Amino acid sequence: MAELVLIATLNGVLFGLLLFLMASGLTLIFSMMGVLNFAHASFYMLGAFFGYQIARWAGFWPALILAPVLVGFVGALVERFGLRSAHKHGHVAELLFTFGLAFVIEELVQIVWGKAPVDFRVPTLLNFPAFTVFATNYPAYKLFMLAISIAIFVGLFAMLTLTRIGLIVQAALTHPHMVAHLGHNVPLVFMSVFGVGAALAGIAGVIAGPTLVTQSSMAGLLGPILFVVVVVGGLGSLQGALFASLLIGLLQTFAISVNLSLADIFGASGFNPQSGTVLSDLWRVTVAQTAPILPYALMVLVLIFKPTGLFGNRET
Amino acid sequence: MNDRVTTSAPAAAPAAATTRAGAGALDRIAPYAGWIAFALALVLLPLVFRSGTALTMMSLMGINIIFSLSYNMLLGQTGMLSFGHAVYFGLGAYFTVHAINAAIASGLPIPLFLMPLVGALGGLGFAMLFGWVSTKRSGTAFAMISLGLAELVGSSSLILRSFFGGEEGVSTNRTKLLHVLGWNFGPQIQVYYLIAIWCFICVVLMYALTRTPFGRMCNAVRDNPERVQFIGYNPQVVRYVPFSLSGLFAGIAGALSAVNFEFANAAIFSAVQSGNVLLATFIGGAGHFIGPILGAVLLTYLQNMLSDITDVWQLYFGLMFIAVVMYAPGGLAGLIMMHRTIWRAGVLWRLGPAYALMVVPVALVGGGMVLIIEMSPHLSVKEAEGSVMSMAGIHFDARSWQPWAPALVTLFVGAAWWRRGWRRVGGAWDSAQRIAREKGLLV
Repeated sequence: MAELVLIATLNGVLFGLLLFLMASGLTLIFSMMGVLNFAHASFYMLGAFFGYQIARWAGFWPALILAPVLVGFVGALVERFGLRSAHKHGHVAELLFTFGLAFVIEELVQIVWGKAPVDFRVPTLLNFPAFTVFATNYPAYKLFMLAISIAIFVGLFAMLTLTRIGLIVQAALTHPHMVAHLGHNVPLVFMSVFGVGAALAGIAGVIAGPTLVTQSSMAGLLGPILFVVVVVGGLGSLQGALFASLLIGLLQTFAISVNLSLADIFGASGFNPQSGTVLSDLWRVTVAQTAPILPYALMVLVLIFKPTGLFGNRET
Repeated sequence: MNDRVTTSAPAAAPAAATTRAGAGALDRIAPYAGWIAFALALVLLPLVFRSGTALTMMSLMGINIIFSLSYNMLLGQTGMLSFGHAVYFGLGAYFTVHAINAAIASGLPIPLFLMPLVGALGGLGFAMLFGWVSTKRSGTAFAMISLGLAELVGSSSLILRSFFGGEEGVSTNRTKLLHVLGWNFGPQIQVYYLIAIWCFICVVLMYALTRTPFGRMCNAVRDNPERVQFIGYNPQVVRYVPFSLSGLFAGIAGALSAVNFEFANAAIFSAVQSGNVLLATFIGGAGHFIGPILGAVLLTYLQNMLSDITDVWQLYFGLMFIAVVMYAPGGLAGLIMMHRTIWRAGVLWRLGPAYALMVVPVALVGGGMVLIIEMSPHLSVKEAEGSVMSMAGIHFDARSWQPWAPALVTLFVGAAWWRRGWRRVGGAWDSAQRIAREKGLLV
């Protein structure tokens, strides 16, 4: 039991921090520009594929640096030449633009790398078990992912609170017009924030690529969970995004490792619904099987009881 | 999106309200000319296009017209962007499949024609349930909630196997129900007419709804919810009602799809399904009632045609969608309506020369892009199949520089030409609009 709790906690925190790497960019972009970037998970996917390609040519370590930079560059270009023209037609047009972009990026990835998963390997330097708990090996690469995520989290936090750029970004979060009136180049701030947000998603892609599967459907699989994180945490709240990321990471990881159903728990009650009915499906479904649903169920509950999200105070 | 034209009439009804003196029988039906033409087209189309492929495609078009129009009740009429409309489509399909199976098993004398009502109720019921949660919010939050709910239903459908049948789905047999007038719905032509009748009913109902005071309230909530609140309406309620009704019509579309395919599986809830209806509605034009109809017809046609010719047809859809979002947010219907005022002013011919000059650069840019998009897979995924390919009957090697050079040259020459031609179009457009404005046709 202790083993299960320890491993699940580590994996949950890891998944949560990965989610946060992406959700932080998403929520920063949203609160500054009012755009919900539907293509954010696509930048994560681009990060993974760029990382794979560069790793094949030059090894993993250059890929870790170059791929996110490349993704950030792509993000800045998208903001400059796409989003900015869509902006004059309103927020819905911007959202639709990013939706179309996600569609196109997935197709392009399929053209270049195909539909099947690519063989993105853990670098040999980190391909060993870090420690063994109760006969379970914990891979060193996962510890490395954990370290990178925490480092970036600390760096982001320090940049936002300690530097002048961070101050401008923070001010633009709440008072974008005032910031523009003070003479800051808001379009440039927007482009940089969009680029940095995309690069953060790109880092998540490079480090997650070797352990999670790198394939063209990875954006579609992760995207909706990302939105759940942002809604549950509260749109535009960084603390909310961190809390919700960890919550959902832990929730899913723990749910997967619990192989119990209502029938197992209340089996002694003698209640036994006829098989082949919906009730029997519900009675026999294990907690592990419900893991994919839990984030969405959580989102619906949060919306019913606190429509602005756990840490949010903005309508819309 | 606030400056869009409020729900203008389809090429139909009150537009023709030019009641002349001496109202004969002809004048009395004149306002309905559009509807009569629509009904006649639905009846006569299968007599013109007789092939099996055409029938199948027209049946799909009918289904997609209802689905897109129901989606536009949200997006175009009430300003709610949903990424999960397939939920109500899919639930409508599942309820219908189960209703047909139950009717066969119990031997109840229910004709197939009434089965879409079951889908309608299923769609309505769940839209009322989910709408209660999601219409609490509007704008971006609503969009995300709709996406989350779609994922919730999609994942649940794999758990509740006894109802949804898991990956394999649930199948049925539409021919085993009560036969009315000797129609057993075996041949596709009979299914087509079933879909056509329901399509007509739904289009009339949804159009009628836009003409009611309630339909106008929906537009008001779309344009300015705050002012709606000031005059004593609750925007949340005004969002909830069209959401539920749109679930009802999506349920009918799903039911018809279940009748058409005699089958429903979990893929019906996929994000692709929800995305396609958004694409069709927006490309057709969300600001006009007729837009989603155009979009559904066009995209169903393209989907059938392109998927035979190329593997990457979805990329073309995506690029087309982005182009519409960035350069023509009114969609096809918006473009047509823009030209209608010019046409009424009698100066459409002034645009002719400028448009004619654009034909060449558009063809060059389009051709160059298509060539590049089609050649790329031969360098990557299709490497194993060899690099020799053929387009329009010409064989060439995608590996060599020969096809790439003309492709790139065409693209760049076309783009440069496009910029020059476009300036001319802009000039012609401005002068045509000035004349229309002088004639008082444009405000």
